[in-house]
Amino acid sequence: MDGLAHQLIAGIATGGIYASVALALVMIYQATHHVNFAQGEMATFSTFIALTLIQAGLPYWVAFVLTVAISFALGVAIERLLMRPVQHAPVLTHVGVFIGLLLIVGNLTGWVFGYTTKVFPSPFESEGLLFGGLVSGHELGSTVVTLAVLLLVYLFFRHTSLGLAMRAAAYNPASSRLVGIRVGWMLALGWGLAAAVGAVAGMMVAPVVFLDPTMMLGILLYAFAGALLGGIDNPMGAVVGGFAVGVLENLAGAYVVGTELKLTVALAIIIGVLVVRPSGLFGRVVLSRV
Amino acid sequence: MSATEEIPATPVLAQASPRSAMANWQRGALVLLGSAAALAPIFVLESFQLFQLTMAVIMALAVLGLNIVTGYNGQISLGHGAFYAVGAYATAILMSHGDWSFWATLPVSAAVCAGLGYAVGFPALRLGGLYLALTTFSLAVAVPQILKHRAIEDWTGGVQGLFLVKPDPPSWLPVDADQWMYLVALGVSAVLFLLSWNLIRSRVGRALMAIRDNPTAAEAMGMDIATLKTRAFAVSAMITGIAGSLGAVVIEFVAPDSFGFGVSISLFVGMVVGGVASIAGSIFGGLFVLFVPNIAEEVSKAAPGVIYGAILILFLFLLPDGFAGLLRRAAARWRRVAARNGDGP
Amino acid sequence: MNTTARRSLLAGAAGVLAAPRLAPAQESPGVTAGEIRIGSTNALSGPVSSYSVISRCLSAMFKRLNDEGGVNGRKVNFIVYDDGYQPPRTLEQTRRLVEQDRVAFLFNQLGTPTNSAIHRYVNQRKVPHLFLATGADKWSNPREYPWTMGWQPSYRIEAQIYAKHLLEQKPNARIALLYQNDDFGKDYIAGVRDVLGARFDSMVRAVSHEATDPTIDSQIVSLAATGADVLICGLTPRFAAQAIRRAHDIGWKPMLFMSNVSISGSVVMQPAGPEKGVGVITSDYRKDQSDPAWANDPGMEEWRGFMRRFVPDGELGDNNYTYAYGAGTTMIQVLRQCGNDLSRENVMRQAAGIAPLEIATLLPGVKVSTSPANFSPIRHMQLQRWDGKSWVRFGNVIEGAQV
Repeated sequence: MDGLAHQLIAGIATGGIYASVALALVMIYQATHHVNFAQGEMATFSTFIALTLIQAGLPYWVAFVLTVAISFALGVAIERLLMRPVQHAPVLTHVGVFIGLLLIVGNLTGWVFGYTTKVFPSPFESEGLLFGGLVSGHELGSTVVTLAVLLLVYLFFRHTSLGLAMRAAAYNPASSRLVGIRVGWMLALGWGLAAAVGAVAGMMVAPVVFLDPTMMLGILLYAFAGALLGGIDNPMGAVVGGFAVGVLENLAGAYVVGTELKLTVALAIIIGVLVVRPSGLFGRVVLSRV
Repeated sequence: MSATEEIPATPVLAQASPRSAMANWQRGALVLLGSAAALAPIFVLESFQLFQLTMAVIMALAVLGLNIVTGYNGQISLGHGAFYAVGAYATAILMSHGDWSFWATLPVSAAVCAGLGYAVGFPALRLGGLYLALTTFSLAVAVPQILKHRAIEDWTGGVQGLFLVKPDPPSWLPVDADQWMYLVALGVSAVLFLLSWNLIRSRVGRALMAIRDNPTAAEAMGMDIATLKTRAFAVSAMITGIAGSLGAVVIEFVAPDSFGFGVSISLFVGMVVGGVASIAGSIFGGLFVLFVPNIAEEVSKAAPGVIYGAILILFLFLLPDGFAGLLRRAAARWRRVAARNGDGP
Repeated sequence: MNTTARRSLLAGAAGVLAAPRLAPAQESPGVTAGEIRIGSTNALSGPVSSYSVISRCLSAMFKRLNDEGGVNGRKVNFIVYDDGYQPPRTLEQTRRLVEQDRVAFLFNQLGTPTNSAIHRYVNQRKVPHLFLATGADKWSNPREYPWTMGWQPSYRIEAQIYAKHLLEQKPNARIALLYQNDDFGKDYIAGVRDVLGARFDSMVRAVSHEATDPTIDSQIVSLAATGADVLICGLTPRFAAQAIRRAHDIGWKPMLFMSNVSISGSVVMQPAGPEKGVGVITSDYRKDQSDPAWANDPGMEEWRGFMRRFVPDGELGDNNYTYAYGAGTTMIQVLRQCGNDLSRENVMRQAAGIAPLEIATLLPGVKVSTSPANFSPIRHMQLQRWDGKSWVRFGNVIEGAQV
């Protein structure tokens, strides 16, 4: 069963990628109760910014921090400019804005930064390969970073008053305003944080899959599946979900349905989760009374 | 002098269209005018422009399908490209492998797509708003992969796709192939538009809109939400599927690359821009989907996609009920002005 | 021929005879005293818009040509429309070019499904459909589609060359084939099958991947587990780099053949890790711009000078530019050969009559040539092996099979 073990490990490695993007999705959901379709494209854009900074001569970690800050600012700007005018509009309009954002950011990345595949450096480069060469130093390092971000997000939402305020603003904007929470700024903050988490995800993912404008297209779908599987309102759940989807997708592709139907596997996971247990494995079940 | 307000004997329902205030002869004249406008292009336009208009009509039909389930029934579908693809392939397979005539494939395509829509409608019952959008979006992304699959490759032609031949114009009609395709598309679309218009104005249509606006109240009134929603999906899928069949035969080629998630996004954009929950809006939507990418390309050769997305967002901000809404408001203002002038001293 | 093709040819003939609105034969459509209009489509937006640089390079080449006075006293008006790699839009844009913009002919349109959607139309209308930007095999068919011509050696021929070579080295090889699940990747299967024939099923384990897959690690692991000692890859650059790196990392050292669309030193080999790709075999008909052997080569210097002046923001490491330069040079040669007769018939005749032509960005020994029976302009490739620093050519320039 050597092959099986290898597939499992490869799945976990890929799952790490999904987990980090799923975190960004959870972030935006917890802050706004919206799922941003354009999250992947924004993360790609941020990663390109990072590459430009690194190529300009900045050391890696300086570029890293700067990119996170810039992405945060961009996220806030997008919320203020694009989401604010339509905040009271029906869900349909919101979906429309996300789609518009997807089109704009996706094409903008290619136009500004070019379409050739680029190498993105990793701070964890090491020749010490583990598990028979399936997990590189970088993949281990990026998993550690993902878990660190997860911890920060968890602590932020559960143990800080700002995090609590953000969750309240998303659950019940009207009541939140009554207790003095600046709902508008909470939403902006949420978008900024989600963009920042997305940027981290992008910078962790790019060394593995190589950077080009279409980097996140496929990943986003699997990340959705992972976030839903684990519970879209639970950061830990999303990370576990991401890993699970990586493993499931790999195993299904290798042994069950063949590599030609992997996207369908993701689709099946999404439908299955939403129909059987919409709150995901670890999410909180919400019942609304009519 | 009564302490209570007078309640009008017949409740005033929201006027869906200004036409209900018109006299019969006015309505007849409008229909005649509309028909003339629809048929005029055959004599006026060149082949290529007629081909473009044919595609616009087909897109309008596809957007109409989407409008039924999303605009009128509130179930957000970002995956209607899947039904468009199934309709196209149904026609292509039957015509290419089975040598069927185009007209014979239409009922089959309609039935298959309706069945598929019905099947999709069931899990959709459990999903609301954003989650349904998410799920249907995933469907749209997965469709090309499914179409390419080895298991059905013998039928679908795999990545190479299938070729079709346009139906020939009948010998007694002095039109060429492009003109005939325009007439076919126009005819089929007109029938379906009429049927949809009737559906929306009927009790069923009002029930669909009630479910969209307030599902709890609708259920409390005794409507069978599950049946209505799944059937709405079925009808919607059928209409978009027929549009797909028409598209396949006009282009004379189907391949998995023709049906990526871009189609679903285009249909959604067309619906929003044309006017959600509006029959006339679907027509504008179709025109938008076909002609605006060309405009975007004129504005920026390097990044037409950016312009397209920007136009979408601009519409969402400035004209949330789309072109049709703009016309409706303009017509209402005109009627108010006319009424005020009519109420002279 | 099958029913569909026959029906389509009959329909096409009927259409041509019945259509009253086509330009009469004696005019030269798209040509005036001072201008010749050439049309093209490319994916300027959407997921594969990385190829849009090809059109940019071609536009720049025509600008250079016009600056030098044009060809035969006429300036070239090169019109490119975006089709987003969607066949229905390709048809729309092509019809726009032919019927509205009235171009003389079509040049270097991108993609296989996209060109499939229009090649019956252009053959019905007798519009030259030249030097397509795709390596699919089906474009060299002068009998059925006399107005369509490809340019680059097909992927199928490339796979045939690899298969022949590996059989010489390892007659009983166990072959693993990793391919992208689209027309590009499937051509590699077809090519290998051409050479192996009945032995294909017993000798080859083929696994596909989608362009949307983030990584292909799972596929590499599966293939390594089969114990294969040869790996043929029909992959695009991003996945090629991943494959080379991962195969090396898990300790699998097959005889690795890589598709020649994914061999750029800076885009594939450096990201993969130059020492990890030692021994990888590929073929090429172009010079690799990052290869130190061509640092002072006059042809590449010409190309670099062109890029600096006319495409200053172009990335020199992108071998779409050397590709485009080759296609553009071929086109300009055909235009010159036409002299003053730029009718569609003559353009096609000249395109089918290119004497062996040497091009700045092509390898020595690889020349562009066509004849009325042979619509594959480039049929030669040379095998090359990566030595850790650059591609080293070995063996002779090989001619692929006649299609």
